[in-house]
Amino acid sequence: MEKVEKEPLLSAKNIKLLKNPLGQDNPITVQVLGICSALAVTVKMKPAIVMAISVMVVLAVSNVVIAALRKSIPGRIRIIVQLVVIATMVILVDQFLKAFAFDVSKQLSVFVGLIITNCIIMGRLEAFAMANKPWPSFLDGLGNAWGYGWILIAVSFFREFLGTGSIMGFPVMEKLGVYNFGYEDNGMMILPPMALITVGIIIWVQRARNKSLIETK
Amino acid sequence: MKDFSNRYIMVFSVVMVVSVAILLSLTALLLQPRQEKNVEVEKKIQILSSMNVSSDRSNAVELYDRHIIESFVINTEGNRVEGVDAFTVTLRAEQRKPLAEQSLPMFIAVADNGDTLHIIPLEGKGLWGPIWGYVSLKKDLSTIAGVTFDHKAETPGLGAEINTTPFEIQFHDKTIFENGNFVSVKVVKGGARPGNPHEVDAISGGTITSNGLQAMVHDGLIKYEKYLSQNRK
Repeated sequence: MEKVEKEPLLSAKNIKLLKNPLGQDNPITVQVLGICSALAVTVKMKPAIVMAISVMVVLAVSNVVIAALRKSIPGRIRIIVQLVVIATMVILVDQFLKAFAFDVSKQLSVFVGLIITNCIIMGRLEAFAMANKPWPSFLDGLGNAWGYGWILIAVSFFREFLGTGSIMGFPVMEKLGVYNFGYEDNGMMILPPMALITVGIIIWVQRARNKSLIETK
Repeated sequence: MKDFSNRYIMVFSVVMVVSVAILLSLTALLLQPRQEKNVEVEKKIQILSSMNVSSDRSNAVELYDRHIIESFVINTEGNRVEGVDAFTVTLRAEQRKPLAEQSLPMFIAVADNGDTLHIIPLEGKGLWGPIWGYVSLKKDLSTIAGVTFDHKAETPGLGAEINTTPFEIQFHDKTIFENGNFVSVKVVKGGARPGNPHEVDAISGGTITSNGLQAMVHDGLIKYEKYLSQNRK
């Protein structure tokens, strides 16, 4: 029997799968994928966090399923198979939210369904899971979902804080009493365009700090 | 990548579709009772909120049973229709029927101060999807005691403002009848005239939602006109 050298579960290569998408390979700020939902669900922090968790579940599980089946999936129908797996996961998540987190599912409404069209997920399935084993695919899914999630949460933090003066629904600005000094919430932050600008600022800061991300002409 | 035969691809697709179908239907079946319960509680919270009783998931059912003393269905002639449960009437389905056949739900409630309130459910169209709400009328069946509105997909910060307290509170003490004639409450762009009992301010940037809401209130309440006129004290 051929002896296969076992790779440790969290080898340097696997750690990279988790860490790279957080920064230099971030799906939103570097690959500019999944922007649509980043604009839509970032008005308040709570839906953003739930969205991040939902995407994480969908992406990690779909990645594992596709990776486990990768050798038996016929190449000619692989995109359809990927879509079926993603759609199934999304419907499951949606059903569970409706049963156990009704208020959040009401706020997210159509966006949970739209996870199906989130480019990050199909992108990872096609680019990574189709060519790798389940465990690295699982880590790749977690890493990319976190990379997506922390941007979502960061953007929603600024939008909720500056737009409605609260954090996680807790009225910070009111408790600090800054309204008495003439401070007003910036209603612009609640509108979708400001999410784009916030994401833009994050991209700007990231590229200013990491010169290797700047495209050469 | 290996080249698979057509037969393999067919079998693979069929197995995949069938197993996914079984998985999804099982989940839907198992979670359905919980989901329906959530929808029911949500409706009770909204009905209570229209009579200015705030509730949450934990106490809505109890408060609903305490405050809502009767619910029944009437037709546009103002006569009671027997054998229909007011709570389970879907307005959207009713609105597709001819006017004379529509079931109009009515909830009778007792407020904390002992007043009897009539609560009427409404449903209409916003900009992106359905909007709905409940209006509670005081004993004269013309003065609004409170309203609650909600929406499926209106724009956050604009049309979505219809379900916020500052918008809803404007309806308090407005009247829907003037000298016995039905006039409804208008949602006025540019601001309601001060002191006018039939007007509230529209939402800036949410004109289509505001218009939809005005139409919903008018079209919903006018069906109850006969009943309200007959039973006014």
